[in-house]
Amino acid sequence: MALLEMNHIRKSFGGLEVIRDISLKVDKGEVLSIIGPSGSGKSTMLRCATMLETIDAGEIWYMGEKVAWVEPDGRKVYPKGEQLKKVHSCFGLVFQNFNLFPHYSVLKNIVDPVVHNQKRSKAEATQEAMELLARMGLADKADAYPCQLSGGQCQRVAIARALALNPQVLFFDEPTSALDPELTGEVLKVIRSLADLHIAMVIVTHEMNFAREISDHVIFMDKGVIAVEGSAEEVFKAENERMRAFFGKLNH
Amino acid sequence: MSFQVMMQQLGGGLLRSIEIFALTLLFSLPLGLLVSFGRMSKNRVIRSIVWIYISVMRGTPLMLQLLAVYFGPFYIGGLKLGATWRFTAIIIAFSVNYAAYFAEIYRSGIESMPPGQYEAARVLGYSKGSTFFRIIFPQVVKRILPSVTNEVITLVKDTSLAFSLAYAEMFTIAKQIAAKETSFMPFLAAALFYYVFNAIVAFGMERIEKAMNYYT
Repeated sequence: MALLEMNHIRKSFGGLEVIRDISLKVDKGEVLSIIGPSGSGKSTMLRCATMLETIDAGEIWYMGEKVAWVEPDGRKVYPKGEQLKKVHSCFGLVFQNFNLFPHYSVLKNIVDPVVHNQKRSKAEATQEAMELLARMGLADKADAYPCQLSGGQCQRVAIARALALNPQVLFFDEPTSALDPELTGEVLKVIRSLADLHIAMVIVTHEMNFAREISDHVIFMDKGVIAVEGSAEEVFKAENERMRAFFGKLNH
Repeated sequence: MSFQVMMQQLGGGLLRSIEIFALTLLFSLPLGLLVSFGRMSKNRVIRSIVWIYISVMRGTPLMLQLLAVYFGPFYIGGLKLGATWRFTAIIIAFSVNYAAYFAEIYRSGIESMPPGQYEAARVLGYSKGSTFFRIIFPQVVKRILPSVTNEVITLVKDTSLAFSLAYAEMFTIAKQIAAKETSFMPFLAAALFYYVFNAIVAFGMERIEKAMNYYT
């Protein structure tokens, strides 16, 4: 059973079709990277998977259950209430610009969703959060506020916040695009350590070497379609013209 | 009239001014939030009604609104309301007027929030209500505090408009004493009282602003 399956997804914004019939699948413990030029629809795909955008056609399955789809008559069916809560608990999302809650301390950013939304005890949540922070190398920052942290530290807190809810699959939307090379390194190190723990991840990224090294499966998107896909080896060796042109520019 | 008697009478008026001030804030701050929701509602009818309401409240003099609320029930409905109606009318007129201004301030704060905060909250499983009251509103309060301070200070001075309904707040009393004694002194004393009242309000608001400076 796949953790996530997206079939024949389409999405337009004001007449511009950003995603044209894309299907993908994420299995347990699998790391999927989505690469490609800006405007190719990578982030939109992720936003559809996390239900921040509604799809115009296709269906989304989580844990073998169809959770969102579009009826033949064009009616969009999306989960509500308890059902939506259940679907949300399947995944976590790490944003490009972190989106930490600035009025909460680092610890509260991580603990509050667990206590308030998953109704787990505060003591247990706090202990788990401290363990997560230690794993992120941020044990001493529990009482700090996001504005006192570097971008790399913020992103690691955001990762801890997502992990605290025990998601089945973790999405990353260009997690290092707002960071300088040094800070990028520390965030990639954390993501790599999660891959070693076999946490399923979908990563939209421009870090090609990182994607190549960490991914089980790679998708190269261009103009709303999957231009190339396969294992990291296969994709990075593929002779797709558009992809070669994209990589070519990357190396100069 | 001795200086002491004058101060005593003005002091009594000041207490009534403070009463108007406190009750107006108590009602208009929450009402303003509700109005701002209406102003941002997806329902066009609600949005239009609220827009008209805000437009009228901001576009006509508060003194006229006071008269309208006070005399309206009699001239429109033929109702004769009791002695307490005067004070009730003042509180209603002030609250409804200030709610319109506060609503626009709330709206400016709410609309300035980055969408990423809503998105993060949603993905983390917060309900719409929790998202607003736990994540969005506390940050909005910090953003709008300087504008709210402005309005609150204006309110202190606006309480003097209750003189138009002959309610015995500080300004009404100052006017009465000034007329009786043919002296300008009562006005000077009242000015000083208003100034000190506002200085305390401004100091309090500054303290609240400072207390929220723990994050940016």
